[in-house]
Amino acid sequence: MELFWLAISTIVIGVFGCVAWFWGSNMVLDAIYPPRGENAGDNIRRANQVRPWLFLGPALLFLGLYLVYPVIDSLWRSLHNADGSRFVGGSNYSWLLGDGKFRESMRNNMLWLLVVPALSTFFGLIAAQLTDRIKWGNIGKSLIFMPMAISFVGAGVIWKFIYEYRAPDETQIGLLNWIVTKLGGDPQIWLTLLPWNNFFLMIVLVWIQTGFAMVILSAALRGIPEETIEAAILDGASPMQVFMKIKVPQIMGTIAVVWTTITIVVLKVFDIVFVMTNGQWGTQVLANLMYDWMFRGSPDYGRGSAIAIVLMILVTPIMVWNIRNARKEVR
Amino acid sequence: MEGMAGQKSSLTWAVNIAAFLLVLAWTIPTLGLFVSSFRDRDQIASTGWWQSFSGSEQTGFVRTGTDDDATQVDGMYVIEGNVLEGEQSLIAWGTGARQPAEFQPGETTQIEDGWDLTVNEDGSYRLSSAEPFEMRRGERIFTTTEVPPKFTTANYRRVLTAEGLGRAFMNTMTVTIPATVIPILIAAFAAYALAWMEFPGRAILTAAVVGLLVVPLQVSLIPLLRLHNDLGIGKGYLGIWLAHTGFGLPLAVYLLRNYMVGLPREVIESARVDGATEFQIFRRIILPLSFPALASFAIFQFLWVWNDLLVATVFLGNTREQLVMTGVLRELMGSKGGEWEILATSAFISIAVPLIVFFAMQKYLVRGLLAGSVKGG
Repeated sequence: MELFWLAISTIVIGVFGCVAWFWGSNMVLDAIYPPRGENAGDNIRRANQVRPWLFLGPALLFLGLYLVYPVIDSLWRSLHNADGSRFVGGSNYSWLLGDGKFRESMRNNMLWLLVVPALSTFFGLIAAQLTDRIKWGNIGKSLIFMPMAISFVGAGVIWKFIYEYRAPDETQIGLLNWIVTKLGGDPQIWLTLLPWNNFFLMIVLVWIQTGFAMVILSAALRGIPEETIEAAILDGASPMQVFMKIKVPQIMGTIAVVWTTITIVVLKVFDIVFVMTNGQWGTQVLANLMYDWMFRGSPDYGRGSAIAIVLMILVTPIMVWNIRNARKEVR
Repeated sequence: MEGMAGQKSSLTWAVNIAAFLLVLAWTIPTLGLFVSSFRDRDQIASTGWWQSFSGSEQTGFVRTGTDDDATQVDGMYVIEGNVLEGEQSLIAWGTGARQPAEFQPGETTQIEDGWDLTVNEDGSYRLSSAEPFEMRRGERIFTTTEVPPKFTTANYRRVLTAEGLGRAFMNTMTVTIPATVIPILIAAFAAYALAWMEFPGRAILTAAVVGLLVVPLQVSLIPLLRLHNDLGIGKGYLGIWLAHTGFGLPLAVYLLRNYMVGLPREVIESARVDGATEFQIFRRIILPLSFPALASFAIFQFLWVWNDLLVATVFLGNTREQLVMTGVLRELMGSKGGEWEILATSAFISIAVPLIVFFAMQKYLVRGLLAGSVKGG
């Protein structure tokens, strides 16, 4: 109950604080440059030069302190030793290059990067195309979209249950092993099965992200001009040809956006690996490796930061691409 | 023409079936968790959840009574009893381990010199002999029984009280609500400035927000942890609220700006001509008109904060009283990997709230996704 009041009072204080800032600072501004009297015109102009910064102030403070400053600080820390007391140049990075776990993480991240966006987009596209053509499409969409609302941890539990292993002479309670034994195979401990276990972890993320891809691609598919499709059908194109040669090329831009958005998610993937294997059995990824270095017995902030910077470098091309697209759109 | 129509309907069939299979594949994992959360430990351990609707078959044996239990009826020595217990029903029975299902209920067989054994459908058996019985242990009757499907809510009671998930639920709420409300306000003002105010640097700031959208959270962890410690915030709710506000802002500003830019220019211009201050325009015109975008972001942020594990682990601490639900789940997975009934139930409770929000507000979620992504292409 105490907790409840704490939360409520935070909301009230937070909301009230924000409103007080925006309202109060505007009042002060109007008092300094009153928009009336002999200098009204000048005052309004001056006030309008200041006002945007009042509106932007809190957001800029947060963005600067919680996103921009950390990038710079991480860069600085990555060039220093474990507790930041001594400058060590690039030695954290050269250590990374020689570290087996880091190389394993890089390899796995690249695998994730290849598999997850491709499969999610592929299934998303199929789901979009199928559900757009049937009566119960909206229900179907909802159900495929649903995993989006489930936490990575929750999804981890759900899929760990599917991958559950029992000895061959017992009844299999994991769905996958049950199917495998019904088909005459031997039950496997999927999550320790090199190198396929990485793939079993990726499926969890594909399961979550497909709905996202479907929603975006479905909207794009519906935005395709009808004439192009009708013309193709009149020319005798089969449904498959219409889809592959008319529809897909027209939504390439959207596919690229979906692909990059999922790529970002993949690069940062942490929870799924953390709760399902914790990076054992050759499944380590960068984000989890970094967590390891941050929270192990004696944290090494230098190495942890170096891994964080590697992640930052990996997302930078997408960042640049997004900014260019956004600017194109503004013009 | 007929051929084409036939082709078309078979295509419709194929599409329906393919869609159904896809939906099934995406639903089954969650369904499995849901069903399992209503089964007790023995059921989960002995059969798959997909078998729980049909009732499960069990095999075993019971021993008949011995000499002492025998009664004399019409000159015959008789031992009677019942092989079933609870809600079991008998499918087959037998007298040897090699053929445990040799006989149907109601059949009679002769075991050893002149002993007749009958087992009826209701489980009652009758072992009779003309001579007195001489046995130290009862005869074994092997049974194949069926237990009707059974579901229980006991897991939920146990998890919410004994396993501390109730507390974690409150913690998650406490983290989530302020972390959803506060960024909306801050972002709305900033988005308005970026969308409708003229000032130098506007384009660069807008681009910066787009860039910050993809900054990996991981980069912020170490610096912010140090910053919070230096500022004396340490680990706690204040820290996590601030962190989530910071991490959620780029998306909030981006979504809201994109939406506000699309609002009709005339309305805002005419309000300005009428002498409304920027603050009034924002409060009276922009804010009400932007409701759909505000709702979209609120859902995103709510789902994201509710489902987050990393930020909570780093900024809130890991004692039993501080854990949020994802944290509890993670602990359960580590320490009680075998107790599926606890794990399944806890997981389902933790995903229930996001699922409710998701199904209730799906419209806004989809709208937000489209505003956030399609424009980039």
